[in-house]
Amino acid sequence: MNLAIKDIRHGLFRFVLTCFGLGLLMTVVLAMIGIYNGLVADALAVVKAPAADIWVVEAGTQGPFAEASAIPADTRDAVARMPGVAEAGAITYQTIEAAHAGKTLRLYVIGFEPGRPGGPQRIAEGRSLGTSHFELLADRKTGLVLGDTIRLGRDRFSVVGLVEDAMNSGGDPAVYVTLADALSLQTALDPAAARVQVARGDQGIRPATVAAVIARLEPGADVALLTATVRQWKHLAALSQAEQEDLLLASVVDRARRQIGLFLGILLSVSAVVIALIIYTMTMEKLKQIATLKLIGAPDRTIVALIVQQAMILGISGLGIGLALILLVKDNFPRRVVLEPFNALVLTGIILVVCLVASGLGVRAALKVDPATALGG
Amino acid sequence: MTPGDILVNVQGVAKHYGEGETRVDALRSIDLRVHAGEVIALLGPSGSGKTTLLNVIGCILAPTAGRVELDGDAVFDGKWLRSDLRRLRLDKIGFIFQAHNLLPFLTAEENVSVVLDLAGWPAEKGRARARELLDYLEVGHRAKVKPALLSGGEAQRVAIARALANRPRIILADEPTAALDSGRAQLVMDLLRKLATEQEACIIAVTHDEKIFDRFDRLIHLRDGRLVDA
Repeated sequence: MNLAIKDIRHGLFRFVLTCFGLGLLMTVVLAMIGIYNGLVADALAVVKAPAADIWVVEAGTQGPFAEASAIPADTRDAVARMPGVAEAGAITYQTIEAAHAGKTLRLYVIGFEPGRPGGPQRIAEGRSLGTSHFELLADRKTGLVLGDTIRLGRDRFSVVGLVEDAMNSGGDPAVYVTLADALSLQTALDPAAARVQVARGDQGIRPATVAAVIARLEPGADVALLTATVRQWKHLAALSQAEQEDLLLASVVDRARRQIGLFLGILLSVSAVVIALIIYTMTMEKLKQIATLKLIGAPDRTIVALIVQQAMILGISGLGIGLALILLVKDNFPRRVVLEPFNALVLTGIILVVCLVASGLGVRAALKVDPATALGG
Repeated sequence: MTPGDILVNVQGVAKHYGEGETRVDALRSIDLRVHAGEVIALLGPSGSGKTTLLNVIGCILAPTAGRVELDGDAVFDGKWLRSDLRRLRLDKIGFIFQAHNLLPFLTAEENVSVVLDLAGWPAEKGRARARELLDYLEVGHRAKVKPALLSGGEAQRVAIARALANRPRIILADEPTAALDSGRAQLVMDLLRKLATEQEACIIAVTHDEKIFDRFDRLIHLRDGRLVDA
């Protein structure tokens, strides 16, 4: 006879309500884990998107994500000619705000050369950029759809393709335009400002600069050798893909990551205290019944099993409810929430340990109760 | 063992709480023998030591001194002689409480069979024994009902069935009729007496209920921790 199950069934409504409350807490814990994962995934998405092997940036900088980097656009030709480089492309990044459908969109504009590295790996809907100007590929999170037009700078662009999970470390969704359009967007001045510059004698001729040149290597090419070779050109620096990813995580998202990690720790501690209190209260309400059980001869293991099993059922049910809720609402979060089966598995392990420890208080109270308490009305 | 044998043998049992000026002697050199088939009452004013004596016999409370034998086995002689006191209670002692103390989350039948489950009986056999006892106590038709829906009399009969489930030879009752009206109290006592005879058990009850005094073989009076009259 399983006393824990019998007791739960006896007060099912109350138990379910308690589980639901705990489930809401688990939803928050899972949301924090998901946001943490999302932060890392978002940060890496923009680095991983071009599928590059090396990043050539301005010397003395750790660009283009951790620091600003500006190098001549024709660096691409020099890099492309290096032995072991299969293909190279110039790329720019900038964040702009643009009005669309009565709302202001914050967009991460990526300029790339169609046919060269730097564009999205997969287009979810529509086609890639087919002309040199005024077309863009948008992440679905922008809210733009195929055929929409949007004004960026002084020009209006048409949405010809949609991509997924392309954003910067701040969560701003990305749009891809041609490098030419991106450079124009970076340098084109408002007409009034341009007139002032011309009046000052500025001819408006500036060398084209890009944020970075990325290269894909031929099979067997030595990444370390190539980056070392690039560094010999004193005005350039080079990073491998792995170095770029590590740099981004260490410098760009590290503080946010630690903050969320700390918050997650606090939430798990709160969960442990809440579970401990619930189990303790449930046990205290049953002290007379536990005394009766002891009096009629129930061994300690029966009493401990009653409490620990209820704690486990409570924890697992709460976690189950939390998982169901977060899966239902995760797409409504402003930032990406990424949950992997591994996260659920680890959290299950943590919750089981928390429940086991938390039930210790209840078990202690139950084992201390004097069976004589059951006598005397 | 045949009816009439000594089931409870308490010799020189004393129990005190505290020391020095705060010392309270709850029991002072108690000698008591109860035979199989006997139904005895422990009487006395509040604080006279009735419940303490019941707790000592029920192996819930260790006396300060003395010797206790239950069903022929010495269980206490200056110290507990057995480490598995709960098992001892499960096998040899049945408890009937003033407020029935049925587990609210179990049905009447489960409240009885839980004792047998703890004793290691197979589930089916335990359920059959529980039904047999409930039928015998005329509450078989309420077997699937939880305690909250039982009347006072029904609940007390289920509690008696639980106390008898593992066929203990010593039944300790703490105010077993306190929650019952006069008629039901007489019926319960008649039932206990019948069971004592049939199961060759002894029944020791703490009671203040004068209306049932005539149902006991012996009335044992305690005052200030001493037996004053038997």
